[in-house]
Amino acid sequence: MISWRDVGVSFSGVSVVGPVSLTVGDGEWLGLIGPNGAGKSTLLKAAVGIVAHRGSVDLGGRERRAGADIAWMPQRPLLPDEMTVANYVLLGRTPHLGYMGSERSHDLESVGRAISRLDLIDLSDRPLSTLSGGEAQRAVLARALAQEAPVLLLDEPTSSLDIGHALEVLEILDELRRHEGLTVVTALHDLTLAGRFADRLVLLDNGQVAAEGSASEVLTEATLIPSYGAGIRVVTNGDGPTVIPTRRHSDRSTQPTD
Amino acid sequence: MAAAILVVVALAGLLVGSVALSPVEVIKALADRLPFVTVEHGLSEVETRLLFELRMPRVVIGGLVGAVLAVAGAGYQGVFRNPLADPYLLGVAAGAGLGATAVIGLGAGSAAIPLVAFVGGIAAVGATYALSRTVGGRTTTTLILAGVAVAAFATAVQTFLLQRNYETLREVYSWILGRLVTVGWSEVWTLIPYALAAATVLVLMRRLLDVLGLGDEEAAGLGVDVMRVRRLVVLAATLATAAAVSVSGLIAFVGIIVPHTIRLLTGWSYRVIIPLSLVYGASFLILADLGARTLVAPAELPIGVVTAFLGAPFFLLVLRSMRGSS
Repeated sequence: MISWRDVGVSFSGVSVVGPVSLTVGDGEWLGLIGPNGAGKSTLLKAAVGIVAHRGSVDLGGRERRAGADIAWMPQRPLLPDEMTVANYVLLGRTPHLGYMGSERSHDLESVGRAISRLDLIDLSDRPLSTLSGGEAQRAVLARALAQEAPVLLLDEPTSSLDIGHALEVLEILDELRRHEGLTVVTALHDLTLAGRFADRLVLLDNGQVAAEGSASEVLTEATLIPSYGAGIRVVTNGDGPTVIPTRRHSDRSTQPTD
Repeated sequence: MAAAILVVVALAGLLVGSVALSPVEVIKALADRLPFVTVEHGLSEVETRLLFELRMPRVVIGGLVGAVLAVAGAGYQGVFRNPLADPYLLGVAAGAGLGATAVIGLGAGSAAIPLVAFVGGIAAVGATYALSRTVGGRTTTTLILAGVAVAAFATAVQTFLLQRNYETLREVYSWILGRLVTVGWSEVWTLIPYALAAATVLVLMRRLLDVLGLGDEEAAGLGVDVMRVRRLVVLAATLATAAAVSVSGLIAFVGIIVPHTIRLLTGWSYRVIIPLSLVYGASFLILADLGARTLVAPAELPIGVVTAFLGAPFFLLVLRSMRGSS
């Protein structure tokens, strides 16, 4: 589990997040949603410990260790072009090695498991620059999994994926948290996908929690429109709420015809 | 294979020169020097002295200087995430050169040269990095341009010092061009501790250089203290460069040619680039020295001229390929 306790972040004296308090339990999936600039990425970075923040972040009362306790997948990871997939995933073992240490056999086994889980075996000797967007995203996720941290923080893990690959990646995450009890926190722009997979959604707006609850509680027009603007319609069917973007002037009959 | 190439090149370095030595006799004479081994060899006393007191220290120092310049280049490229970073282009060599010139010009003992060169080198790389950060961004061009500016400044101060100390001009000038001519075993012993310390640190940090390739935030997210790693690597690489510069003068481009060729052949990982840079760097400089000794025989070219002659076009090729890929 992971808890943010009164976490606040300021840049150049201007508060961008918080104070925010949240707790995500073992095996739980929390979906952070909110418009651009709402503070989703910053809240995740504060948890990793790579932005200075007020308040504290802990794992069930225990202080967090960077990398070993929390695996973080950034929104736009830097992929060294010529590095092979296998070497890249191997970097996920860094938190478990001393500064001057090198990988042992169990590190290589973790890497092997992450690579096969993300279906990257055939690509493991390929340079990162030759991968498609979806393959690269899977490689980044494999690197995060190789960390074998109990908490996974994923910033837009499906941003460069088509809907098929996005579903595939999210299903893998779902399986991981179910079978291995991982705590998963994702920042997602796709509200429908967030609602389908997360157990609980937190809507951030201007760095504050604007709404919190299940998908059917948070994904309503009344909750979303104040944060995102008016062009939103929510339709609920058997799968849960579906968020549909609408145009303000979508009445095509008013367009001139010849 | 890298080790085999080094052995062949080093042997060639011992055999080739104004006096030709028989390969078989040289190998016998080398074996004779091994502990607990006695081998009869046919070299005369003059030839034996030529082998052990002139050619061998020169080959050893060439190998050491080449190894540390190449591994320092690879280290700088890793921490600055920039394939064009090189002891010469970052101004480190010029800073170290200024330090060494000051020592020669002031007539201080030559034992102080590596230390003062190190201070000059650290000041130069610090100035280059700070300048590139204040000018804006971390682009390749900004860093290299800052290096050029720092190198120009250091060279200007160096020229000023030379003007003031006219009697040492010739000594410093031959040193600026890079030379392995005057070295003997004493320079080898001066260089070895610095080279060993720097190479050990860089070899041990090679895995973390790969981690730095992910960017500062991700590296920190993996639990790495980025500033500490960067500082350690820069210190080690600068120490290596300063020590090399203090015995051999300014030898340019080794730090680009060697790591970049290895990168082209084996891929991106510093796990491979760092150790291979040591071995291929040594081979490359021994070979360049062979060229310097034989191309205009009986005269000699400064070795810095040979490496620059090869390195400048290579630099342009690297720059072109970077433009192509970006």
